[in-house]
Amino acid sequence: MGADKVLEVRMPVQASALPEERLMGKPSVQQGFPFPLLILALLVALFVSVTLAITIGPVDIPFFTVWKIALDKVLHITLGEWTKPQEQIVWLVRFPRVLLAIFVGGGLAIVGATMQAVVRNNMAGPYVLGISSGASAGAAIAILSGSLLPFSLYTIPIAAFLGSLCAFALVFVLARSGGRLSSRRLVLSGIAISYLFSAVTSLLTYLAPDEGLRRVTFWMMGSLSGAHWADLTLPAIALLVGMLYLLLQARDLNSLVMGEETAMTLGVDTNGLRKRLFVVTSFLTAMVVVVSGSIGFVGLMMPHIVRLLVGPDHRRLLPVCMLTGSIFLIWMDVAARMVLAPQEVPIGVLTSIVGSPFFIWLMNRKKGRDIVLG
Amino acid sequence: MEVRVDDVCWGVDGGEKIIRGIAMHTAPGTFVGVIGPNGSGKSTLLRMIYRVLRPQAGLVTLNGEDVWALKPREMAQRSAVVLQERPSEFDFKVYDIVMMGRSPHKKTFDTESVEDHRLVSNALARVGLTGYAERDFQTLSGGEKQRVLVARALAQQAQLLILDEPTNHLDIRYQFEVLELVKSLGVTTIAALHDLTLAALYCDCVYVLLEGRVIASGVPAEVLTPDLIYEVYGVHSEVVTHPKTGQVQIAFFPHRLSVSNVDIKGEGRARQ
Repeated sequence: MGADKVLEVRMPVQASALPEERLMGKPSVQQGFPFPLLILALLVALFVSVTLAITIGPVDIPFFTVWKIALDKVLHITLGEWTKPQEQIVWLVRFPRVLLAIFVGGGLAIVGATMQAVVRNNMAGPYVLGISSGASAGAAIAILSGSLLPFSLYTIPIAAFLGSLCAFALVFVLARSGGRLSSRRLVLSGIAISYLFSAVTSLLTYLAPDEGLRRVTFWMMGSLSGAHWADLTLPAIALLVGMLYLLLQARDLNSLVMGEETAMTLGVDTNGLRKRLFVVTSFLTAMVVVVSGSIGFVGLMMPHIVRLLVGPDHRRLLPVCMLTGSIFLIWMDVAARMVLAPQEVPIGVLTSIVGSPFFIWLMNRKKGRDIVLG
Repeated sequence: MEVRVDDVCWGVDGGEKIIRGIAMHTAPGTFVGVIGPNGSGKSTLLRMIYRVLRPQAGLVTLNGEDVWALKPREMAQRSAVVLQERPSEFDFKVYDIVMMGRSPHKKTFDTESVEDHRLVSNALARVGLTGYAERDFQTLSGGEKQRVLVARALAQQAQLLILDEPTNHLDIRYQFEVLELVKSLGVTTIAALHDLTLAALYCDCVYVLLEGRVIASGVPAEVLTPDLIYEVYGVHSEVVTHPKTGQVQIAFFPHRLSVSNVDIKGEGRARQ
């Protein structure tokens, strides 16, 4: 028995037994598809989706005109010509809307993936910690106070943000027990606060005059309509910063889902990590919900679908979630505009319609064990 | 890795003590077993050693360093833990799980190096699971899963290995397999064990816990006496050395037999 022996492995590798990529030091490939190629394919799909989404509408815009207008507006390079109405529709109406779909869809998807890791539950989504119910309550108060509040374009978003901040603070305080922020307490506190704010919102809508009621409901169901360029700044920054931060935590997220104690024994400061993730994801969720209302199912569905494609490693899961979430929401928004044209359907309704059969499919999927039902 | 546990105490919320003043010393390279009935504090003690629970009194040191003076990462570089496998909803591949053992050595922006891959491959080979790299962890048998976790601990390149009841829920064959493997590594090991025979077979030294205290410690053959077993487990027994294998075997006599049929102090033969 050697004194102070280190757990060393000195046996030679049996070369034939492992896939080539592993031996060469490259991570193995999931289902035979190289990861960089997948990212490239998704970026192309995103580009095409953006263009198509902008061309589709009551007024048809030719494919390349979209980018000609963009080039002109951004780089002041004029190639070809288009009409003024086309320019206005593309630049003032559709471009901001589609870009917002990217930020919202991507943001919700990566928050959903992170939340599922933090609470170690596949059923979690971005709203599990009460942020969206806080925002809804705030927005409801703003909408229904009408003339009582100083009116500005930003009244509703600010009120929604304050509401989400309130919810965040309450969940944070509730979830801490002896300084430790456990996953279980996070979920339970989130549920408790969600119910509280939902009750507030319900009461307000019950007491509301009809006109206000409709606006509140529309807001709560989520919508990207009326998006302006100014609306995009905060969600864009939040998504960029959030994504970078979460990617850096990806390895720790992998350890975290293996189990609380397992992660600790692998060197992860689980308590601190959960606190930081809670702050980052709440911020990102708030930025998104404040601008677009509570769009459901994206944050819940995307991680499941993407895990089927690339597996549970968060270093792959997060970027792919962001891209697929964006593409998904772009098309949901197209549907929201076109399905009952000229009437707009709240986008949250469509994501729920898609989400429900998805859930049923997920429940019935057997992969040797119950994933969802546990 | 020399492990010292100095007079540690712990109770839930500072209330009634689950661990009342335990002292332990593990010499480098030895396989130490922690045994005792449920509720005696085995897992709690281990948790204090692998730095998940903070002692309310006393100290745990690794090679003289207080574990709480270390950061979680530093601790993970020194000790690796194999816990009872929990069913997880997230289906990682065997290779990825073993690779997680490298994370204490990686900084934020680091990616896996060729050395990391070599260590992981070798760890899998060491536990006899080469070829399992691309399998889904959840599809493995209990014994195989435990071996993957041991491989992960190997990849961690720690000087201390801690196992919390590694043989629970395993078939007999895999119980032996896992402990054989761990013993053969020759690393300082502390294991909480349920089974006295396994403890007697594999441990260089055992600590017997009862109600949060160590009531005996030492070489299994000396410590595991029928009197001790009765005091700790409340069951009559006889401890023999097997004539063929020379191994310590414990035969239990449930209450009914010991009262009416069996002469315990004599030859130990049941009268029909």
